[in-house]
Amino acid sequence: MTTNNHPHSLPSSTDVLRIQLPNGITVLARANYSSPSVTLSGYLEVGALFDPPDRLGLAEFTSLALMRGTAAYSFDQIFDLLETAGASFGYNGGTHTTGFGGKALAEDLPLLLHLLNETLRSPTFPAEEIERLRAQILTHLAIQAQDTAEIASLTFDQIVYAGHPYSQPEEGTPETVNRITRQDLVDFHQRNYGPRGMVIAVVGAIEPQRAVDLVAEQLGDWRNPAQPAPIQLPPVTPLKQQVSRYITLAGKSQADLIIGAPGPKRRDPAYYAAALGNSILGQFGMYGRIGDVVRERNGLAYYAYSSLSGGIGPGPWYIAAGTDPQNSERAVELIIQEIRRFTQELVDPDELADSQANFIGHLPLSLESNSGVAAALINLERYELDLDFYLRFADLVNSVTREEILEVARRCLNPDRLGIAIAGPRRKFEAASQKQKTEGR
Amino acid sequence: MSEDFTRLQLENGLTVLLKEIHTAPIISHWVWYRVGSRDETPGKTGISHWVEHMQFKGTQRFPAGVLDKAISRGGGYWNAMTYLDWTTYYETMPADQIDLALELEADRMVNSLFDPREVESERTVIISERQGNENEPLFRLGEEIQTTAFQQHPYGHETIGNMADLHTIQRDDLYRHYRQYYTPANAIVALAGDFETAAMLEQLKRLYAVIPAGGAPVRVLSPEPAPTGEKQVTVRGPGETTYVQLAYHVPSANHPDFLPLTVLDSLLCGPSSLNLFGGGISNKTSRLYRALVDKELAVSVSGGLQATIDPFLYNILLTIHPSSDPEAALRVTEAEFKRLKDSPPPAEELARAVKQARALFAYGSESISNQAFWLGYAEMFADYNWFRTYLERLEAVTPQDVQRAAQQYLLPENRVLGIYLPTGEIHDDE
Repeated sequence: MTTNNHPHSLPSSTDVLRIQLPNGITVLARANYSSPSVTLSGYLEVGALFDPPDRLGLAEFTSLALMRGTAAYSFDQIFDLLETAGASFGYNGGTHTTGFGGKALAEDLPLLLHLLNETLRSPTFPAEEIERLRAQILTHLAIQAQDTAEIASLTFDQIVYAGHPYSQPEEGTPETVNRITRQDLVDFHQRNYGPRGMVIAVVGAIEPQRAVDLVAEQLGDWRNPAQPAPIQLPPVTPLKQQVSRYITLAGKSQADLIIGAPGPKRRDPAYYAAALGNSILGQFGMYGRIGDVVRERNGLAYYAYSSLSGGIGPGPWYIAAGTDPQNSERAVELIIQEIRRFTQELVDPDELADSQANFIGHLPLSLESNSGVAAALINLERYELDLDFYLRFADLVNSVTREEILEVARRCLNPDRLGIAIAGPRRKFEAASQKQKTEGR
Repeated sequence: MSEDFTRLQLENGLTVLLKEIHTAPIISHWVWYRVGSRDETPGKTGISHWVEHMQFKGTQRFPAGVLDKAISRGGGYWNAMTYLDWTTYYETMPADQIDLALELEADRMVNSLFDPREVESERTVIISERQGNENEPLFRLGEEIQTTAFQQHPYGHETIGNMADLHTIQRDDLYRHYRQYYTPANAIVALAGDFETAAMLEQLKRLYAVIPAGGAPVRVLSPEPAPTGEKQVTVRGPGETTYVQLAYHVPSANHPDFLPLTVLDSLLCGPSSLNLFGGGISNKTSRLYRALVDKELAVSVSGGLQATIDPFLYNILLTIHPSSDPEAALRVTEAEFKRLKDSPPPAEELARAVKQARALFAYGSESISNQAFWLGYAEMFADYNWFRTYLERLEAVTPQDVQRAAQQYLLPENRVLGIYLPTGEIHDDE
C-alpha cells in the first residue's frame, strides 16, 4: 500500500546541511517542498541558570522583552511586519537555554531572520513596554498560582531539587519579578547574549544552502567577547526518605499530584533504557501500567501517566495524575506500588518489545511537520548527536535490555525516597491532619 | 492544499472521503458521527461524551486494553473528541499499519460491549474530568454563559455534562444512545495519506458493507428564540485575575454571514487558527489588542467563532489588567465596535486577514493528520467544499459586509456579558 522515495524519509547527513559559522553559530537546514511554508527555530546558551537569586525570572523576562522594541522598530512595527505576512515569531525562556521560533511562508523567511537579528542584537527595552510586559508576567503568575497542576509541579521541584538550581521557578515569583529593573534587562542582555553555542534550524520550502546564506548574512558578524561559559550544574542531593506535601487551593474540585525523583540526563548511557522503561511504566497504550491501574482498573483519575524529561541535566522522572481529592491518597498508594514493582522485577519481554516497536514506528510520525523536523535537528545539536543519529535510532532502541531498564529504574526511582506533591481542595475527612501535611518534609 | 479527493456514499449510507497524499509514509484515519451535546436532553447531558469514553472499553474482538496497545505497538497515535455537533475518533499510523485502525473502527461502530463494570469505573473517571474543568475559572464562567445564552436549545450545556447527570446516567442509557447514533448513515469515514484510493475503497467496502444501515436518528430540537435583551452573569471565585467574556449570538457555519463574521473576528481579535494540528499566529496588531492591551486595560484578548450546525456564540475574552477594571475595558471595547459599525474597515486590513488565513492554510497542510481532520470536520456542519472554497469566499468578503455584520450582531441585546470576579483568596486556610 505504501510508495517509496518519500521526501519525509528520516533526516540524515545526506539531506541535512550543517554549517558552523566562524562566530560559533551552528546552522542546520533541510528542505521540504510539500507545503509553501518554512519553520525557523533554535536556541541560545543563556537561561534561568544565570538568574541572580534575588532576580529569579530575569532570563525569561529578558527573552520576552526582546520583542518589545529594537533600534529600528517599535513593538507595534515588529508585530505589524510579522502579522501582515501571516508569520509568527517569539522567544521562550528555559533553564539552560533560551529558545526562539517562528513560521512563515517561505518567501518571508528573510523577514523572520531579519527580526531574529534585530531583536537579538539591538533590543531597546522601552520602559513603557517593559511595564506592560511585567503586568502580563505577573498576571500569568497569578493565574499559575491558582492552577493545581502548576502548583503541584512547582512544589515537586522544590522537594526533589532542594538546594539545586532546578528547584527555582524559571518564571520567578511576583516578588522577584517586581524587583527586576529595566537596567537589569539591559545588563543581562549585554552580558549573556552571544553567538557562541547558538543553534538555528531552518526547515521548509527553501534550498538548504540558501537558508544558511541568509542566516550568515544576518548574524555572521555578531560577536560578544564577554559571553560567559555555560553554567555547570552542581550534583543533586537525593532524598533520604519519602517527602510529601499537600497544598490546599481555594475553590477547587480536583487534586493534581506528582510523584517522582530526578531522572537521568539525556546524555546518560542509560537514557534509552529509562525512556523505554518510562514508556512501559506510564506511556504505552493508555498510559502504560500506571494508566491501567489508576484509571482503567480503579477509575481514580481522568489522567495518569509517567514522564521522563531527560534534558541537559538530570530532569525529573515522575508520575502525574488528576483525581478526586478524596481519592488522591489511594492513587498515591497505587502509584508507589507500581513504582516498587518497576524497581524490583524485570519488565515482561513482551512489554519491552511493544515499547520498542512504538518508539521505532512513531519516529516518522513525529517528523510529519516542519516544526517536528526542526525540533529533531535541534536535539541533534543540543545532545551532541551526529547527523545520522536517526538512521541508527532503531538499533539503539532495539539494543536496550530488560536488565538495563531494571538497573536505571533502581538507580533513579527508589520507592521509599520519592517526592510527592499534591495540590487541590481541602479534603473533607482530613482537616485535622492537613496542616501538618502541608508543612511536613 | 491539493484539490484531489474522492467522496462517495456506500449503500448503507456511510459517507467516505479519501485524499491521497504521498509526501510521508503516514495515513490518518478519522471516523465522525453526527452526535454531540446538541443531541442531549435534560437529565442525560454529557451522554455523548461518555459514550465516546466507552468506545475505548472494548468489543468482543478487541477487548479493552488490546486496542490501545495494538495502536501503540504500530507507533501510531489515536484519540477521540466530542463537541456540540459531533463525536470523532482518529488514528494516525505508519501507512503499513493502517489495517488495524480500519478494522477496529468498523468493529466498534456496532460491537462495543458497554460492560456495566466498565461503565461504573468510567463514571468516576468522567466525574474527575469534570472536576479538572471546574478547577479552571474560565470553564466556570463559560458554563454559566452558555446556560444563560440558551434557554431552549441543547447548546446550553457543556459537552462534559452536568454533574448531577454524571451521577445518574445508567449503562442502558449509554447503550441506547450508542445504538441510536452510531450507524453508517450517521457517520463519515475520512482518510488522508499514503494509500491508493481504489484499494482503500475496496477495503472500506469490505469492512462496512456488512453493517446494516439502521434507521436515521430522530432529532427533536427546539430552536432558540431570538434573545430579548442583554443578559449578564457574574461568577465569583478564588484567584486574583478578572475576566470579561462577551458572547454574541451568531448564525451557523452555513449562513452567508459566517465569513464576514470570520473577518470581523480577525480584525478585532486576530486570526483564529483553522488547524487542529499546526501553528497559529499572534494577534498583537488586532484592533482590540491595540485598544485594550497596549492601553493597559487588559493583558490579553482573544476571539472565538465556532463552525456549528445551529446558531451558536461568538466569544470575546478579555483578561483584565491588574490595575484596570471590567467597566473601563468594556467601554473601550464598545468604542471599537462603534468604530467598525460607523465606518467600513480599509481594504488593506481585509487583504491582510486573507494573507493570514492563506499562511495558516499552508501551515496546516504540512500535517497529514490536519488534512484528514478537515475532510471530515467540514462535513459535520457543511461539506468538504466549505473548506475547499474557504479562502476564495474569505477574499470575496467586502468592507461593507464586515461593517454590516458588526451593526447586526455586536449589539448588547444580542449578548451575554459574563464577568469572573476574583475573591483574592488563594489558599483554603479556614
